[in-house]
Amino acid sequence: MNAIGWRNLRSLNQEGIVFAIAVVLFVAAAIGLPGFIDPNNLVAIVRSVSVLGILALGMAVVIIGRGIDLSAVAIMAMSVAWYLQLLNTGTSDGLAFAYVLAGVLAIGLLNGFLVAYADVPAIFVTLATGSFVFGYVRSQLITQDAVPVPQGHWVELLGGLRFLDIPIEVFVFAGLAFLFFLFLRYTKWGRYIYFAGDNPIAARNIGIPVRPMLVLRYVLSAFVALIAGLLTAASLHSINTRVVNSTLLYDIVLVAVIGGIGLSGGRGGVRNVLVGAALIGILLNAMTIIDIPLLYQNLIKAAILLGAIIVDGIINPRDEQTAQQGDI
Amino acid sequence: MSFRERLQSWRYNLVPDHLVGEILTKRWTDNAIPFLALVATLGVFGSVIPGFFRLTSLQESTRQLGEFSMVVTGMTVVMLGGGIDLSVGSIFALSCFSAVYVFFILEQSIWLALAASLATGLVFGAINGYLVGYLRLRAFLTTLVTFIFGRALFDILVTTYAADVQLSTATSDVLDFIGDSTFWGLSVSVWLAIILAIVTHVALTRSRPGWHVLAVGGSRRSAHNAGIRVRRTVFMTYVFSGFCASIGGFLIACRLSGAGPGTGLNLEIMALTAAVVGGVSLGGGRGSVIKGLMGAIIVLTMTNGLIRLGYGTGTNQMVLGIMLAVAVTIDIRWLKNRHKVLNEVYVAPVYLKMGQTQSAVPGSGTSYELDNRLSAADHIGLGELEGPEDVIIDRDDNLYCGTRHGEIVRFFAPDYLRSEVFAHIGGFPLGLAFDKVGNLISCVGAMGLYSVSPEREVKRLSAETSRSWTSIVDDARLRDPNDCDIAPDGRIYFTDSTKRYDAHDWALDSIENRATGRLLVYDPKDGSTRTLLDGYRYTNGVCVAHDGKSLFFAESWACRVHRYWLEGPKAGTAECVIRDMPGYPDNINRASDGNYWMAWLGMRTPSFDLSLRHPDMRKRMTRRLPQDEWLFPNINTGGVVKFNEKGGIVEAMGDLTGGAHPMVTSMREHKGYLFVGGILNNRIGRYKIAGADPNWTSPASYWGAQP
Repeated sequence: MNAIGWRNLRSLNQEGIVFAIAVVLFVAAAIGLPGFIDPNNLVAIVRSVSVLGILALGMAVVIIGRGIDLSAVAIMAMSVAWYLQLLNTGTSDGLAFAYVLAGVLAIGLLNGFLVAYADVPAIFVTLATGSFVFGYVRSQLITQDAVPVPQGHWVELLGGLRFLDIPIEVFVFAGLAFLFFLFLRYTKWGRYIYFAGDNPIAARNIGIPVRPMLVLRYVLSAFVALIAGLLTAASLHSINTRVVNSTLLYDIVLVAVIGGIGLSGGRGGVRNVLVGAALIGILLNAMTIIDIPLLYQNLIKAAILLGAIIVDGIINPRDEQTAQQGDI
Repeated sequence: MSFRERLQSWRYNLVPDHLVGEILTKRWTDNAIPFLALVATLGVFGSVIPGFFRLTSLQESTRQLGEFSMVVTGMTVVMLGGGIDLSVGSIFALSCFSAVYVFFILEQSIWLALAASLATGLVFGAINGYLVGYLRLRAFLTTLVTFIFGRALFDILVTTYAADVQLSTATSDVLDFIGDSTFWGLSVSVWLAIILAIVTHVALTRSRPGWHVLAVGGSRRSAHNAGIRVRRTVFMTYVFSGFCASIGGFLIACRLSGAGPGTGLNLEIMALTAAVVGGVSLGGGRGSVIKGLMGAIIVLTMTNGLIRLGYGTGTNQMVLGIMLAVAVTIDIRWLKNRHKVLNEVYVAPVYLKMGQTQSAVPGSGTSYELDNRLSAADHIGLGELEGPEDVIIDRDDNLYCGTRHGEIVRFFAPDYLRSEVFAHIGGFPLGLAFDKVGNLISCVGAMGLYSVSPEREVKRLSAETSRSWTSIVDDARLRDPNDCDIAPDGRIYFTDSTKRYDAHDWALDSIENRATGRLLVYDPKDGSTRTLLDGYRYTNGVCVAHDGKSLFFAESWACRVHRYWLEGPKAGTAECVIRDMPGYPDNINRASDGNYWMAWLGMRTPSFDLSLRHPDMRKRMTRRLPQDEWLFPNINTGGVVKFNEKGGIVEAMGDLTGGAHPMVTSMREHKGYLFVGGILNNRIGRYKIAGADPNWTSPASYWGAQP
């Protein structure tokens, strides 16, 4: 490709490209795959990406602020598993929820504190806390891998809720997306996240409370993970903690990165999450319809994520003179 | 002495606070924490688990340790180069599968299996290296993705071929030997791990590629600017990591004779935790193979120990998470704050009550009374010189002095208008002396004792003395060689002012006031250096007496002059000849009338004398105030003092205007003139001494008339 070609490619918006690919894929699947265009299947697609999308919203806010939260899936699964375990062993609903909420916020605070005040890279902090949360809850608080939802509990009822034949989690996803959109676009603190992600030192110098806001982002991400976990439990009537060891976490990163939220921070928004989620949703659904085994799906997803990261690296190359020491 | 002062002197002079700072300056303190953690881990699990240290039990766990520590060694090298490799678990698993596939399904020889295993690791490592090194992607995410990719691939392969492996009948003695036997009591994997660790350690610390890795990790930008091929170096670290992981994978293939879904699971977080717990720094440049191995033992003992203690699923992850978080946090905080902590605790002032002194104020009528004579001195090299600490004149009347820029400058007789760089030393030349054959001997700050021949050849005479057993700081090294003089037998006597501070930190030494100054002797006959006296407060000028039987040396912060006997009944002992002067003495040199010139670099002040009786106050001062606001010895006024053989003061002169010679660090008499130097001055002064012998020269005084 010649120089002009490169420039044209760069001027193209990644979000635009991905959206175009998603549309092409959608049309191709609609034509080529039997049953894809069926309304029930379309609802299934949206439903399947709802939880992923909600988690990606939390991840997006963290990434825009130049961080990453690898503990999201662990928090999602383990908090709900603990909640259900408490309910099954007879703790009152209010008390159980209070415990779990406190635990989730505490982990979010711990993440944020270590990143903001101890200057530990986010990637290590959240890797460690994710491992800890899984290990602690699994070994100390629950007794088996999967915890069922008690009969007649509101979480079970939540799973059965339909509005216009569309499951409730789709509306939750839409509502949360709208809230995040308002937060990021129209509130002072939402705008500050972009400043802090783009240049933390400059943001700090102009008086933005960079560190407290970092803590806030991780708490927000943890809270969003709890919501996603409750919705998962609602639709499956149980929560399986083995999901922590699955590739769900990388799917979340994939949705955010594919959508065009740069890992170096300061760029992207809710729309990118929606575009990324649409592409991944269509892709996963199409692969399922074609009957590609789960193992191969993982391989394909990993290859796509690798491609996305390589393209990101080529478009925004690192420079030897300005690369940060210890920026890994 | 009041009760308070007695308490203070006990508290600050007897409690060795300074050792804390000295220990912290040691690089091995970085190793101390992981080492203690290692001992504690082994101790706890060894005592809790019955039979933990039994041979069979150890053999089984060391076999696993061998494989694991190889992976950790690879991870350590990548981390030292400033990266991270999360794909080691996948490489390990895939290499294991390659070996299993070639051996059990293709039924090829074990060596071909080994080759396949290594090739898998090298190719996978090269992919990582290409992405991170040449495309410069972010190491963490990139290797995370290649990890998922490799894992997905492995899962597919294992589920596809598991049954075939089970049915295979291939066997090999070599495989059994590698997998099950021991060699001199240790399993093959342990031997291989030890060899790999030694080779890697030697390569890292003693070979060019190893240094490149450390340089890139230490400062990527500087390494790039220094011409190191940063990208290729980073690439090679990942290839090496792939290599290490693949050997590990091959070994586990031999041990388990197969590959399963659990092979290499969670290995990446274990290896990462091991490296970080061992003390290999994130971001590169700091760490060693040994640290990685210590971390490997800690992590493996903990995880295996917990399993054997019967804790349930997930305990490992919990413990790994805690260890990783704690270790990373400690590592980051320690790196960030180590120098701050060091600055905080290093200066450990002691108590000293200075004796009453006579006044040096003009008109006070004492023998120390300063006048304004030096302000009349001519100037030499005004504005050209920076910091002529010492000055000396050769037999041909040429004038030499050291400068702050690391040179010895020569001014030509008779008018001293022309000058040239006589020799470039590199360090700051302080004291100067001519030996019998005209070599210029110099004490070079922070470097040692050097000799410059008349042909300008620079030679190092001495940079170290014997190490004392009780000192924590390395006192073999000469940190602040200050002044030298030469006895008739050719031995060079010189001072090393302090063991605890480098030459430019002399002000900190004055505030601390700890007695660590030394008098040393260099013997040109056998090139040896010996410590003669120790425990003075900043030993400074040295001058061999006119008769050559003793020498005088100055103890600056105590304002004293001592005489050290070279021969006679008191040989080898020192006695104080002048005490409680009003000024801080610096260099001492011979005068034409049989007396001695002594420079005062500054004057005592009641405020600083008082602060010496309040070490707590000085400690707080160095910790809480910026350096500009510290209380220092007054070096804005100095002078030149003449004293006689008995230590009596003959006269004193100064520059009361402060314009030409506010502080004096050296003076040298030559043919009726006094040449005056100052370490903070920008000139050499030349002062006509009333009534001095117009023919007396220093070289003649030392070595006789011109041969």
